[in-house]
Amino acid sequence: MDKEGRASAAENRLRDLLVRGLAGEVPAYHAFLKELSAHLRAFLRGRLARLPDEVEDLVQETLLAVHNQRHTYDAAQPLTAWVHAIARYKLVDLLRRRAGRSALHDPLDDELDVLASSDNDAADARRDLARLLERLPDRQRLPIVHMKLEGLSVVETARRTGMSESAVKVGVHRGLKALAAMIRRER
Amino acid sequence: MKTDELITMLARGADAVEPDALRRRYATALGWGAFGATLLMAIMLGVRPDLGEAARLPMFWVKLAFPAALFAGALLATLRLSRPGVRLGRVPAAIAAPVLAMWLLAAVVLFGAAPAERGQLVFGDTWADCPLYVAILSMPAFGALLWAMKGYAPTRPALAGAAAGLLSGAGGALVYALHCPEMAAPFLGIWYLLGILIPTALGAMLGPRLLRW
Repeated sequence: MDKEGRASAAENRLRDLLVRGLAGEVPAYHAFLKELSAHLRAFLRGRLARLPDEVEDLVQETLLAVHNQRHTYDAAQPLTAWVHAIARYKLVDLLRRRAGRSALHDPLDDELDVLASSDNDAADARRDLARLLERLPDRQRLPIVHMKLEGLSVVETARRTGMSESAVKVGVHRGLKALAAMIRRER
Repeated sequence: MKTDELITMLARGADAVEPDALRRRYATALGWGAFGATLLMAIMLGVRPDLGEAARLPMFWVKLAFPAALFAGALLATLRLSRPGVRLGRVPAAIAAPVLAMWLLAAVVLFGAAPAERGQLVFGDTWADCPLYVAILSMPAFGALLWAMKGYAPTRPALAGAAAGLLSGAGGALVYALHCPEMAAPFLGIWYLLGILIPTALGAMLGPRLLRW
């Protein structure tokens, strides 16, 4: 299959998974993120040839951004364009910091590249998100630890932490956004 | 943390996402902006006393249509620039159209006027106040719109900030038009536009700082 064929097959499959995921189907959403991570890895590896150690960190940062911004996806919109814009934004952000302003140039690229190939061979990330998580304030850290890492429900998490159920949900949401902000500041 | 662990963490317990949240958030912001502008107008300026008579003149409606058309174009731009990967398409042309139309009308008016009247058509009696008041009246919406935009993911933050600024400026001009006595197209095409461009430029400057994600 050529690049366009592969990209369009991936577009259809991933879009279906994401739309179901946004409707609350967790297994579909998990499959979406899993498959997307392989596409992102191949895409970013191709563009970070000079910074190979950064690839897995940027895959993780982009996945976190995709998750935090998933409410901005409009089902009428091509998924390729949405994913590409997010990956490119994170890539340019990284290059700008690494290379300094003088060396900044827009990488030439083709939107289709983002879903056209995939790479399941994950290297180790250099930045450990688990350690960054520990630096979050308790009202964000505890809901994330109980709900997202240990898999407890909102009700159980609320009981263990003494927080209200809505505070637990807000804590998860804000905590993941704060995590993305910490990554940005760290560079 | 390995990437697979991150994926499991992100997916676990991920609730359904409301599909229309974007529009609702902007509607809330514009509501607060309109409330703030109306309040500022009531405190500082007041509605022009001859509003009823003015409303019978076609030019009064042209004066409202100009910022209203900019408002519509800026709203489209703001919504599109809030989502990654959505193209602007013809929105820039839709924003330029009312400006060009007003300039064309202004040119016709100036061309047809006696040379001695042209200064009055351009400067009116209130040219020095107009841009400043338009900008002041736009500030509540400006703040509220940037707050709303922070909940989204603009990949072109300067442009997105400018669009939010343009939207608030057009809203400010719309409210100011109810106070302002000027009715000449050259005045509107210069001083109203300048007032609208103040929050637009401010948005372009603040966007890259405030809208990062």
